[in-house]
Amino acid sequence: MGQTITQKILAAHCGKDAVEAGELITAKLDLVLANDITAPIAIREFEKIGAGCVFDKDKVALVPDHSTPAKDIKSAEQVKIMRDFARKYGITNFFEIGRVGIEHTLLPDMGLVLPGDAVIGADSHTCTYGAIGAFSTGVGSTDLAAAMALGETWLRVPETIKFVYYGKLNKWVGGKDLILYTIGKIGVDGALYCSMEFTGETIEGLPMADRFTMCNMAIEAGGKNGIIPPDETTLAYVKQRAKREFKTYKSDADALYKEVIEIDCSKLEPQIAFPHLPENTKPLSEVGNVKIDQSVIGSCTNGRIEDLRVAAEILKGRQVHRDVRLIIFPGTQEIYKQAMHEGLFDIFVDSGAAVSTPTCGPCLGGHMGCLAEGERAIATTNRNFVGRMGHPKSEVYLSGPAVAAASAVLGCIGGPDQLEKR
Amino acid sequence: MILKGKVHKYGCDVDTDVIIPARYLNTSDPAELAAHCMEDIDGEFVKNVKAGDIIVADDNFGCGSSREHAPIAIKAAGVSCVIAKTFARIFYRNAINIGLPILQCPEAVDGISAGDQVEVDASTGKITNLTTGKSYQAMPFPPFMQRLIDVGGLIEYAKDKIKSAGCSCCML
Ligand code: SF4
Repeated sequence: MGQTITQKILAAHCGKDAVEAGELITAKLDLVLANDITAPIAIREFEKIGAGCVFDKDKVALVPDHSTPAKDIKSAEQVKIMRDFARKYGITNFFEIGRVGIEHTLLPDMGLVLPGDAVIGADSHTCTYGAIGAFSTGVGSTDLAAAMALGETWLRVPETIKFVYYGKLNKWVGGKDLILYTIGKIGVDGALYCSMEFTGETIEGLPMADRFTMCNMAIEAGGKNGIIPPDETTLAYVKQRAKREFKTYKSDADALYKEVIEIDCSKLEPQIAFPHLPENTKPLSEVGNVKIDQSVIGSCTNGRIEDLRVAAEILKGRQVHRDVRLIIFPGTQEIYKQAMHEGLFDIFVDSGAAVSTPTCGPCLGGHMGCLAEGERAIATTNRNFVGRMGHPKSEVYLSGPAVAAASAVLGCIGGPDQLEKR
Repeated sequence: MILKGKVHKYGCDVDTDVIIPARYLNTSDPAELAAHCMEDIDGEFVKNVKAGDIIVADDNFGCGSSREHAPIAIKAAGVSCVIAKTFARIFYRNAINIGLPILQCPEAVDGISAGDQVEVDASTGKITNLTTGKSYQAMPFPPFMQRLIDVGGLIEYAKDKIKSAGCSCCML
C-alpha cells in the first residue's frame, strides 16, 4: 500500500519505512517553537524535567509576537521569562522587537523550516508550514516542554483527506477564499484529527503566499496538519532561504485516503465567514448590507507582501470610509521593509490607514486595535470566535485582503468590483 | 479515582477563546485564569461552579488555539472532568498532559442534562448519571496514553526518560 506525504515524513522521523494511520509513534523533531503566551508555561514545565540543556539550541525557536511590543507590565514579564530562558540555554532563535515577526511568517521566511521537516509548535497555526511540504502541527505548552528536552514528541499518525481543486480562479479570488470555502463545506470539525492534503491544478498554480494561507487554516477545520506536496514554486521559495539539506516527499498514487473531495474553483466568488465560526461562509454576492467599524489586514494568515500588494492596488487613490478604521500589520520586518520600498506605505497612509509594526496584536484581541461592544470588523485573520478581537459582543467577519481593503473604503462588506461602480 | 459533581452543559464547538479569552492571557497563573473560566460563553459559570463539578459538552470541545491556559483554567476552577462527544485534538493532548480527566462518550452526553449529579470512575471510564440512574461506558484510552496518564502526565514521563537516557549536554 502506498503512503501519503504526511505518512512518509512521519515514517522518516521515527526510523520506519512506513507508518499506518492511527499508529502512535515517537517522532524526532527538526524545530520546536513557542510564543510569548505559550512559552512561559512551557518553560515552567521544562524546568521541572531537570534536563541540563535543550535538545538542540538551534532547533528551538522562541517568538514573542502576541503581546509585543509589550502591551502592559504583565506581558513584559512573560517576554522576560522567555528572554531569560533563551539566554540561560543559549537559544539561537529568540527574536526581540525590531527583529521579530509573526512566528508562522517569520520562521519559514528565515529558512528555519524546510520541506520534509517534522515540526511542533505551541501555537495552533503551526500547521502553516505544510505549505512548503513539511509536517507541522500545533501542540500545547507541556508538549513543547517535553520536546525542548527530548527533541521528540508522541504523535498519532493521522488519516488524510485529499482535496483536489480544479478550474481557473476568478479575479480577486485567492488562497483565503479557497480555504474558507473548504471549511464552509466540511465544517469546523470536518477534518478532526486528519491531515488535509491540498492538491490539484488550481493549487499548482497558486503562489506561496496563498499556499501558506490555506495550510494556516487547516486547524480551523480541526485538522492536524495541512500539506501541499512541494513543486517548482516551493523550491523557488525554499532554495534561496535554506541553510541546510532538506528532502521533498510526494504521496504515492496508491496512497490510502480517508476521503477525496473535489472542488470546482472556476465559479468561486470571494468568500466571507460570518460570526462566530470560520465555517459560516457565504459568497460575497450573498452578504447583504453589513456595515463595519474596522478592517484589519495582516496576521499569519494574510500578512505577506503579496497580501499587502493586493490591498494597495485597491486602496491606491482612494480613501478609507470616514466611519472605518483600517489597520494594516505586516507579518515580518522584511515584509515591512519591502512594502516600504515598494511605496505601499505611502498608499496606505494617504488612504487614511494605520500601519503597525509586525505583531499578533489585533488578531487575537490582544492590543493594537481591539473592538468595543457592538462593533464589527472585517479581518484577513483566521478566527471569528466570540470575543476574538475584543468585546464578547463584537463581531468578526473573515475574508481575503481584497475584500477587507474594498470594505474599508465602502464602509460595509463588499468587493473591489463594487468600488468600480461608484 | 471516583469523581462526582453537578453538570454544567454546553453545545458544539466550545472554543478556547470562550473557555479563556485572550484578554486574560498575560498571565499563566492557574487561579487568575480560573477566575475568568468560560466567561464569554457562561458569565455565571465562575459564580456557580463547585469543586468536583463536571463539564458536559457536545462535539469538538476545546477547538481553536493551542493555549494550555484553557484546560488549566478549567482544572483550577475545580472542574473534576470533562465529558464530550468529541474533543479538538490539541485540547485533548493538553488535558492528558496536565492531568485533567477527559472522557469521550456520545451516549452519556445525550443522556445527561444541565444540573444533573454525575459520578465518573476515571480509571474504568464508567459514567453514572445519579439523577436518572443511567450508566454509560466511555471510550478507553489507547495504551500509550494510558501509560502517560498512569505515570502522572508528560512531564513525569520526560523526567524518567532524561534520567535513564540523559540529556544532550550530559552526553557530550
Ligand atoms: S497572527 Fe493571530 S492566528 Fe497568527 S499566530 Fe498571531 S494570534 Fe495566532
